[in-house]
Amino acid sequence: MATANIPLKRTFLYEEHKKLNGKIVPFAGWEMPVQFAGVLEEHNCVREKVGIFDVSHMGEVTVKGKDALAFVNYLVTNDVSVLSAGQVLYTPMLYDNGGIVDDLLVYRKSPEDFLLVINAGNIPKDFEWMCGILTRGKYDIELKNNSDLISEVAVQGPFAEKTLQKLFPIDLSGIGFFYFTESELSGKPVLISRTGYTGEDGFEIYFNNEYAAEIWNLILSAGSEFGIQPIGLGARDTLRFEARLMLYGNDITQDTNPLEAGLKWTVKFDKGDFCGKDSLLKIQESGLIRRLIGFEMIERGIPRHEYKIFKGDAEIGIVTSGTFAPYLKKNLGLGYVKSEFKDKGTEIFIEIRDKQVKAVVVPTPFYKRKK
Amino acid sequence: MNFPKDLLYTKTHEFIKVEGDTCVIGITDFAQHQLGDIVFVELPEVGKKFTQGEKFAVVESVKAVEDILMPISGEVVEINTELEASPQLVNEDPYSKGWFVKITIDNKHELDKLLKIDAYLKIAK
Repeated sequence: MATANIPLKRTFLYEEHKKLNGKIVPFAGWEMPVQFAGVLEEHNCVREKVGIFDVSHMGEVTVKGKDALAFVNYLVTNDVSVLSAGQVLYTPMLYDNGGIVDDLLVYRKSPEDFLLVINAGNIPKDFEWMCGILTRGKYDIELKNNSDLISEVAVQGPFAEKTLQKLFPIDLSGIGFFYFTESELSGKPVLISRTGYTGEDGFEIYFNNEYAAEIWNLILSAGSEFGIQPIGLGARDTLRFEARLMLYGNDITQDTNPLEAGLKWTVKFDKGDFCGKDSLLKIQESGLIRRLIGFEMIERGIPRHEYKIFKGDAEIGIVTSGTFAPYLKKNLGLGYVKSEFKDKGTEIFIEIRDKQVKAVVVPTPFYKRKK
Repeated sequence: MNFPKDLLYTKTHEFIKVEGDTCVIGITDFAQHQLGDIVFVELPEVGKKFTQGEKFAVVESVKAVEDILMPISGEVVEINTELEASPQLVNEDPYSKGWFVKITIDNKHELDKLLKIDAYLKIAK
């Protein structure tokens, strides 16, 4: 990425990460903790207990005004019109050619008030894109990029609700999966949603920067009886990977479309017009040439981003994400292959250091929590 | 971190323990600490020859892939097969249970190019 000469930003929790011996690395223009106790330990702490993540680098855009619903529903592929107030929706946002600008969460407060949560590395690009869409129609709305004002933490794992319930005046069991509410955490105004990027039950909490350190430490204290640990970006990536949640820049990019990425469930062709719809319909009609599949290594080796996929002498695809999966204890990958090789059980080969290493297509998500 | 006095070190964080005409090679406590949780080690076959500074093994942590360089020219006579099933031994015990290979030395003069403990401590931080 072309961020080499731009000074790195720090979240309002940077000093807390230093105190907890977080190993700080550059990520998407930010100085973020990649790990605390270690990726494997942190990963399994979230699967079995509870972890807290600083995700303040994520971007927040508000859409307010009479035409907010119409604007957001044209901007994204999923159908925002069917949401009730207090509901959250996962959706891609497309270029006119069907390529993916970003994937985001849409929070519907009312038909005239939405919060869009976007990826850290895409904030300027996304906001510019949204402003461009605004000029296409006569939308009576106000679009605001509040990313520099808002901090966010995620609390994820089987003990997430028990941890947070100690700090909230409302009954958190009343917040369903992909719902949110505005409440107070120890007297501080926050927005809390039952959402996450780990495959576990859990919450994401948004609040003004000034409360960041206090809220972070309150949650760490509340969770200590359940074994809470701070979790770095390393485990955030392996957790989302096991649950087959998309990483923008790897699994989905401007050169991929939601149909081939397995995100057809987020594309609502019958909702009316949306950006990228015509291109996507053409892509669907002509047939998908490749698919994002999951695979498991049969022979020894760890697949990595951009390794090539082969069948015999023919190059048939490319790895988008791959790692040793810390909870499942297997070497797993995601990658695009030509559609004829997408079926489970298909034997494929990953090129690792000039060697062809055997793997097999398997169903995804690799990990699904027991309800 | 632990750096035994009787070892020789490289600038690229391998160690070598000389035992007569053969020696044991692995990565230092500093290196394993920098890498984090090691989840994969790829070792060469017994009988392969390497020259000083040549890549002979690969170590992977969850996030990183690192080449490991041969501190001295020689022939591999034994490899630590335990690392295939238990790569975490490199994190837990880098100088003993986490060793990589044993080699016979071609030219003892090459040892002069390696770092003694005092010199290595200056770069391992």
